[in-house]
Amino acid sequence: MAKLKFGVVIFPGSNCDYDTYYALKDVCQQETTFLWHKEHDLKNVDCVILPGGFSYGDYLRSGSIAAFSPLMQEVKEFALKGGLVLGICNGFQVLLELGLLPGAMLRNKNLKFLCQFVHIRVENDKTPFSHRAKKGQILKIPIAHFDGNYFAPPETIQEIKDNNQIVFRYSNAEGQINEESNVNGSAESIAGLINKAGNVMGMMPHPERASELLLSSEEGRVIFESIITKLG
Amino acid sequence: MRVRILVSLKDSVLDPQGQTVKNALHTLGYGSIKDVRQGKVFELELEGISEKEAEKIIPEISDKVLANPIIEKFSWQILEKG
Repeated sequence: MAKLKFGVVIFPGSNCDYDTYYALKDVCQQETTFLWHKEHDLKNVDCVILPGGFSYGDYLRSGSIAAFSPLMQEVKEFALKGGLVLGICNGFQVLLELGLLPGAMLRNKNLKFLCQFVHIRVENDKTPFSHRAKKGQILKIPIAHFDGNYFAPPETIQEIKDNNQIVFRYSNAEGQINEESNVNGSAESIAGLINKAGNVMGMMPHPERASELLLSSEEGRVIFESIITKLG
Repeated sequence: MRVRILVSLKDSVLDPQGQTVKNALHTLGYGSIKDVRQGKVFELELEGISEKEAEKIIPEISDKVLANPIIEKFSWQILEKG
């Protein structure tokens, strides 16, 4: 299998950049490089990862200032040409602000910063980010966010459903989806969402924090492995 | 010229922070408060442009940067001319 090159973007305030780098480079054994937000060069990477954190201190709105950075204009072009882009947590928020994914994030329904393991159910296993998982499979992956309450107007939600763009939903350990399992109040319990073209995904849970058993779950690794086997 | 821009969540979007403030006011005995919506205020100082040009760029920057049109609305007023 050919080795892939991953690029992990660093914004001021990113704090999962090294964890993501570690998961890709050391756990998954892939060539991985950092991409600085002020650069214009994507260094010929095959897949761009926008890591979690608090870019620009979440000023204005989570992810909004990062969306205007020079590198993100390159990432936008890369994505529009079909390049694979994965936004994790704050990275998801950046993708929404950039307009690469539909909708927006609101504050969590209970107004609390949520830092805990959650279960997500695989809703679509036909994407480059989830094809190694099975539809209906439950993954145990942690979340850590304040603004993860996904919102989109009803017509957008309908479009998302019609196009099968929901990749992951918050569920309980048994895979049931209800108000209790929807920890942050997201519309349709959306935890992971892909664009219509199928090459840009955002997810609030942190797969890099569940990439080996030492971290008490390795169920997030299937997302990286999906990308690797898709591209490799 | 000084301009004040108000950004708040659209009426169709639930505002849990506003709700929490309302509940706190009720706890303090201000039962007449029916609803609270929370928002942000931006005060901009502009120079070298006419009022007409300002009327063009204020909605532009509000839509592009200051507000997220999916969830937020904005309004603005000129505080000081010149």
